[in-house]
Order: sequence, then C-alpha cells, then structure tokens
Amino acid sequence: MRALLSGDLPRSRVLALLLALLVLGLAAAPFVFPGTRSLNVAAKVAVFVVLVASYDLLLGYTGIVSFAHTMFFGIGGYGVGIAMARLGPGWGALLAGVSLAFLLSIAIALAIGLLSLRVRAIFFAMITLAVAAFFQILASQLSAFTGGEDGLSFRTPGLLRERLVAYYAVLVVSAALFLGLLRVVNSPFGRVLLAIRENEFRAEAIGYRIVHYRTGANCLAAVGATAAGVLYAVWLRYTGPQTTLSFDIMVDILLMVVIGGMGTLYGAVLGATLFVVAQNYLQDLMKLASGAAHGLPLLPALLHPDRWLLWLGVLFILCVYYFPTGIVGRLRR
Amino acid sequence: MKDRYLPLALVPALAALALPFVGSLPTWVTLTVAGLAMGMMIFMMASGLTLVFGLMDVLNFAHGVFISFGAYGAATVLTRMSGAMQADSLASDLSAMLPAVAAAIALAALLGWFFERVLVRPVYGDHLRQILITMGGLIVFEQMIHVVWGPEIIPLPRPGAITGSFIVGEAAIERYRVAAVVVGAIVFAALWWLLNRTRIGLLVRAGVENREMVESLGYRIRRVFVAVFVAGSGLAGLGGAMWAMYQEQVTPQMGMQVLVLVFIVVIIGGLGSVGGCFVGALLAGLLANYTGYLAPKLALGSNILLMVLVLLWRPRGLYPLGRA
Repeated sequence: MRALLSGDLPRSRVLALLLALLVLGLAAAPFVFPGTRSLNVAAKVAVFVVLVASYDLLLGYTGIVSFAHTMFFGIGGYGVGIAMARLGPGWGALLAGVSLAFLLSIAIALAIGLLSLRVRAIFFAMITLAVAAFFQILASQLSAFTGGEDGLSFRTPGLLRERLVAYYAVLVVSAALFLGLLRVVNSPFGRVLLAIRENEFRAEAIGYRIVHYRTGANCLAAVGATAAGVLYAVWLRYTGPQTTLSFDIMVDILLMVVIGGMGTLYGAVLGATLFVVAQNYLQDLMKLASGAAHGLPLLPALLHPDRWLLWLGVLFILCVYYFPTGIVGRLRR
Repeated sequence: MKDRYLPLALVPALAALALPFVGSLPTWVTLTVAGLAMGMMIFMMASGLTLVFGLMDVLNFAHGVFISFGAYGAATVLTRMSGAMQADSLASDLSAMLPAVAAAIALAALLGWFFERVLVRPVYGDHLRQILITMGGLIVFEQMIHVVWGPEIIPLPRPGAITGSFIVGEAAIERYRVAAVVVGAIVFAALWWLLNRTRIGLLVRAGVENREMVESLGYRIRRVFVAVFVAGSGLAGLGGAMWAMYQEQVTPQMGMQVLVLVFIVVIIGGLGSVGGCFVGALLAGLLANYTGYLAPKLALGSNILLMVLVLLWRPRGLYPLGRA
C-alpha cells in the first residue's frame, strides 16, 4: 500500500476513511447507484480527479497559476474527437489521435514555459489566459475540422461501446494516472518543485535551474490534463467547447483545487468529488431552500438553483484567506 | 529618446501599411476611425488595470467585473430614461447620457473601493493569493450580476444624437465612434496631465518607482493606493459603459470577454505603463478592424499575433517599467 501511494499516506484517519469510501463508491457505482445520471457523475468525478490533480502539480506544488489547463484538457478531447469522427471508430485511429494530442500538448506547454516562465509568475498567468482564449477561438472558427460550437459526436471502438466497460476503463486509467502523479510529486523532482515554491532564489542558488523545473512541471501537468481530456471524450462520446475548453471549467478547476486543498493531491480528490457532486445535487437542495425562502426580499434570488456557483465562490475566497490548505489541511491537523 | 518615440510611430505606421491592402481610401478612413474608437475604449478599460499593477503590484483578475458593473450601471439609467432619448435633441440626449455615465463610474468605483478594502488589502505582496482572491471576487460578483440584473441580455438603445454617420467625401464615419475617440483622447490627456503635471501624479510615479522611499519621506502611500484603485475601477466602469453602448447590449459575461483583450493590451504596453497601454490599445483596435475587413477568420486571433510580435521585439512590452 505504501509503495502504491509512493509513501505519501493520507496522514489523517478521517481523510483515509473518506478516500476509502470514495474508492469503494466509485468501484461499485454501477451496481450501488444505478441510473445514467449517477454513473455520469461517477465517471466525471474520476476524470476530474486526474484533471485537478495535474493542475495541483502546477498551483499547489510549483506555485504558478496557469489558465491554460482547459486548453490541454480540450486538446485531449479534440484529439479523440477528431480522430473518431473523421477516421472512423477504430483502435488505430484512437491511438493516432491520442498520440498526436499528447505531442501537441507537450510542444505547446514547452513553448509557453520557455517563453514566459523566465519572468514572473504573474506574467505566466496572463500569457496562458491569452493563449487559452486564442485556442478557444481557434476551435470555434475551424468548424469544418472541430465541429465549431456544436462540437463532435462520435462512436468509440469495439468494447468501449459497452457503458460498463467504458466506465471501468475510465476508472482504472484515472486511478493509474493519479498514482503516477503521486509518484511524481514524491520523487526528487517533486521535492525540487516544492523548494522552488517555498523559495525561488534559494533553489536557484543551490543550483537548480528553476526555469527547467517549472517548464518540466508545466509539461507534466499538460500531459495529465490531456489524458483527462482523452478519458472524458471517450466516456461522453462527444467533444465540444462547452465540455472541455470553456473558461467556466477553468474556474471550476480552480475552485476544486483550492477548496480541496492546494499542495496535496488528496485535496484534488476531495475537491473534485465535492464539486462534481455539488454541481449535480446542490441545485436540488437550493431549489428547496429557495422555495422555503419564498416571499422574503432578495433571499430567493440568492438561493436560486442557478446561483450555486456564488456560494462556492464565497467558500473559495474564505478558503484562500483562512484555510489555505483546504479541507485536507484541516483534516490533517 | 528613440526608445520612447519608436513605439508611438507604430500606430501611424500600421495605419499606413494597411492602406494599400484595403485598397479604397473611404473604406480605409472608416476602418481607421473604427479602429481608433475601439482602441480608445479598450484603453479606458485597461488603463486602470495597468495603473493598479504599476503602483501596487496587484494584477486584478476581477477587473472585468468593474467593466460589467459600469455597463450595467449605465444600462439601468439609460433604460429608465429612454423617454429623454427619444426626443432627438442633443440636450435631452445628454441629460440621459451624463447621468448614465456618472452612474457607471460611481458604481464601478464603489465596487473597486470594496474590492481594495475587503479582498485585496490582506494579500498585498503575495501574487499567488492575489490571483486566487481576485478570481474568487470575479466568480462571486459575476454571479451577483445575475442576482441583481438577471441572466438575460439587456438591449441598450443608443441615444439619437450619436447614432447615424457623418459623410466625409465618400467615407461614412459613425458618430458614436467619433464620440468614443474624443472621450478616449480626453481621458488619456487628463491622465497624462494628472500623472506628469500634478503633485498627486508625482507621488503616484514616485510610488511606482520606489514605494518604501516615498513612505519614508512621510507620505501615506496607502491613501494613494486606495485612490488609484478606486479611480482605476471608475475608468473601467466608464470604458464598460462606452463599450456597452457600442455593442448596444449588456450581458453578464461581457466583462470577462473583454478582459482577455485588456490583458493583451496591458502586456503589449508593458505592465504598469499608461503610455504603453495607450499605444497598445490603439494598435490592437486598428489591427482588429483591418483584419476584420481583410481576413475575417483571422480577426479574432490578430491580437495574440500582435502580442507575440511585440514580445519578440521587446520581451517586457513597449514601455517596460524600471523594475523587473
């Protein structure tokens, strides 16, 4: 177990219990929670755990803010989507699309990193925002290729057409990717990233080229996001701007990382689970609350089911101020 | 000195370069005025952001919300006063426009004050948390727009006096664009005068160069900070109101949509430089209109291209500030 988790144990009984429950819940989801909606939620949790964990590698471990994470997520999704929709549903096409997506992601991450990580973190944040916006425009403009705003619906090859097989494939690959990321952050490379986050000058003075390490982290995070994009596209059998590239998803990722806990991959797990569940079920709860507050001034508008993001935003701000280590940090105390 | 004036020459150079490609002089005049108008509006929205960054080293990702609030403030007043706008006289149009613009500035400035006070103040000097906090503010206040004004697009009729066009020779020039250029030029001139010719401006510039030194000379730099933050937010509100009237509609996402363009302009100009922001905004506005006419598919990406070119030429923007 220790080897599987790369020596990075939950270090809190409650956290360990929650994680075990989550793993059991996801593994048994098709039988315990029947229905399309709950299976969709379970698959989304698995994919977003990988997506958020790879983002935490940047934000929590390296201390740089990127707004291009959804771009890499989208590259993965469109890699599968374009290959499946244009070349037909075959394993060869899937492989070609996925490998091209990974190559493109790494190339872009490398270019952005080398160009803008030399200067200050804030510059990187702005550049990634601009590049991501450009990519979004590109995806909607090249509609002959990407399906524009409508996106692409496609069929997946062979056994993946079975929902149950697809679900377990997504789950197993997600788990493997998460454990891989855990390996990365607990490796000597991960330690250097932490050192850079804590004290940039000192890390450079000891002799680590911080640009190289940051660019490396950027590339690894991009690979993680691309893989998550591939999984999500395979699960949904659809790729479009709203499910992969939209800025709303970038905001969601930020919320998940910060609420779950920056600088620990378990935070990504809790954050992603909490958020995806809230996204799907909090609205029902708020509908009740909004109905109960009927007749009072302003309160029904604030509790309107569409306003769930407002409350998560407030929680996000409170987290940044008072619980910078998020839920996991609280549990570990 | 060459360093100071070379970027300035880029604006007429770009305009001159576009002329042979566009081909016809009247079209070129129309496009150039449209580009300048767009540039001026972007400048108004971006100047606050770059000023706040230069002085306080805070990059406010929630700046888009100030733009949206300005637009909604103006829309609220204008829809109430639609009667005055139908009268079709300049005086009654102005009687609707001026309160609308004042409401936009006041609302955005108030929000800016709240932001500085509650959200940004505890995280000065910590970039990572600044970005996160201002993103949080962006989420919450964009949702508040939904709560207060609803999620629907609000159509915004333009007052009669500034719709329609002037015909100069064969070129049609929209009146609203001329108005935008005039307002933008006034704002730039006022900012330039304030920063370079007044005592407050001297303090602001000194604060940008070396905050501790200004403090040790006995000035309360904190008050200057707040004033600049509020003024910058007010400018964003003004820009937002002008932008909304230009688009003739208001949506909750409009601030965020322009914000990317605003960031690009701020990067092009050099973080913290008002003059650079002005040149960058004009370049971006002109280029967007020329490419929009010549190659519509390219238009949306033209600003990114411009940013890459500028950064290859001057990696820290057109007018980099003294400190890195």
